[in-house]
Amino acid sequence: MATPPSATAPGTSPSLARSRPRHGEQIIKVVLLLAALVSVATTIGIVVSLLEPTIRFFGEVSAVEFFTSTSWGPLFEPPGYGVLPLVSATLITTGIAVVVAVPLGLGAAIYLSEYARPRVRQICKPVLEVLAGIPTVVFGFFALSFVTPLLRGILPFEIEIFNALCAGLVVGFMIIPIVASLSEDAMTAVPRALREGSFALGASKMTTSVRVVLPAAFSGIVAAVILAVSRGAGETMIVYIAGGGQPNFTFDLGKAMQTMAAFIAQAGSGDVPIGTVDYNTIFAVGSLLFVMTFAMNYVSARLVRRYREVYE
Amino acid sequence: MAVLSTPRSAVQLASKGRPVREHLFRIALIASLGIAFVFLAALLSYVLVEGWPRIDSRLWENMPSVRNPDIAGAQSAITGTLWVISLTAVLTLPTGIAAAIYLEEYADKTRWWNRVIELNIQNLAAIPSIVYGILGLGIIARTFGLGFSVITASMTLGLLVLPIVIIASREAIRAVPPSIREGSLALGATQWQTISRQVLPASIPGIATGSILALSRAIGEAAPLLMLGAVSFIRFNPDGVFASYTVLPIQIFNWISQSREGFHVLASAAIVILLLILLLMNSVAIWLRNRYQKRW
Repeated sequence: MATPPSATAPGTSPSLARSRPRHGEQIIKVVLLLAALVSVATTIGIVVSLLEPTIRFFGEVSAVEFFTSTSWGPLFEPPGYGVLPLVSATLITTGIAVVVAVPLGLGAAIYLSEYARPRVRQICKPVLEVLAGIPTVVFGFFALSFVTPLLRGILPFEIEIFNALCAGLVVGFMIIPIVASLSEDAMTAVPRALREGSFALGASKMTTSVRVVLPAAFSGIVAAVILAVSRGAGETMIVYIAGGGQPNFTFDLGKAMQTMAAFIAQAGSGDVPIGTVDYNTIFAVGSLLFVMTFAMNYVSARLVRRYREVYE
Repeated sequence: MAVLSTPRSAVQLASKGRPVREHLFRIALIASLGIAFVFLAALLSYVLVEGWPRIDSRLWENMPSVRNPDIAGAQSAITGTLWVISLTAVLTLPTGIAAAIYLEEYADKTRWWNRVIELNIQNLAAIPSIVYGILGLGIIARTFGLGFSVITASMTLGLLVLPIVIIASREAIRAVPPSIREGSLALGATQWQTISRQVLPASIPGIATGSILALSRAIGEAAPLLMLGAVSFIRFNPDGVFASYTVLPIQIFNWISQSREGFHVLASAAIVILLLILLLMNSVAIWLRNRYQKRW
């Protein structure tokens, strides 16, 4: 593109090449890159902050005891370091949450994507967003002071004031918007030709929704559910407030239980001296929670990418 | 879109013969949405009714008290929330928007490091908030030596909502059509001039909406701050970024933990204030979105 100067305007030399190096532009690019690298530094920071105390923890407590013992009580005498009660409590509350959130969230998603008129959708979606925007401490308060007394009034069996059932139920309602909105996205991404083909073959609306749209959006829906499960497993305030603070290795839903996240919150909010086993325990449980949610998110992200490849 | 694609007549034709099952299915779908709405309505009316007697000037004029729920207020928590959220905004918004500009306008997607950054942001968005508390405790409070202060809380919450800011800003920047950039570059503007004078002004409404939503997430967040000293009993307003602090969600949590009924009323009243702040912020976000959204 080297134009001879004489060919264009006489007297000047309008070279299309840069007249001078623009250092400012380069500096700006580097600054922006640094901002993007903050997110990478965050991940490294999380891993580093978890890793070092976790390694120290396993220097003092055997991994076998940590993963197989059913007695958890690092602050008791004698201390117990079996993480199973925390894991089982996390699985139980998350399980209850899934039982609530998957049918309701999926039902809401099918309704919004296949049945609702545009005006109804326009009203319903923001309301679901309101539910998603409520702070978890508010859910926790509502669980403890409204849902638990309600359950105690209507259930035929006894439940304690702090119990896993209520905590799980309310976590379920908290994750409904995640299941509903992500599944709805997956269903709206299903090409309309599939629905039209199904109708043309004489299928009813219900058959089309359940047998055509749902399977076509299946991987997206599974991804939504996994993401919701991981949100539920990592949820802290609801299970801390409504589930109680005692580690309890039981499968009785009416009993108080302490999840991994609730233990981290409880032990972390106390004044634990740095460097002690108690302090390191928080990080060991944190590492386990991090690895569990990370694995779930990874699977979910893989599934989302797979279903995108199909229809885009 | 799906709704438009199913003509009424086709549905009526198809559902002939099996009306009962079709009907029950439709009712079940509406019921699942309805149950979620009933839960939300119950929650909102419960806190409003419960907290109503205590929503008065004592709530924002008085300091917390552990003895007497009648004179207790949440002033230090409200000012603490303002301090923490303002500083979070100052720290996280420029970083998040800058990262979004880099990823959308500069990053070469074929380079491995840019893909690592993208994957990493997706992962960060899904890490439980309590794990950010561990990061704040282990790195920011201890290693950086910032202790349990406003700035530790702001940095932790800032990192927590950074992925939300980046993802929302990227979407806003991506919505600006390439023709705008090409026009600017063709007129001789440099890449940064194009971004700062054309792309950013056009994407500000979207960025602002996403930023407000991210900050409203930070306002309601309690779990990581439990580990960062916010639970201690604070009877004064923070006077700087290194001061001790408490915030509204933590103050609510403290009152919930008290056994006396008066404190639960107080917690409800404070929840109403918190929800009003969030409602206000979300309304502004929706208004911004509708008012300035451009269709290219």
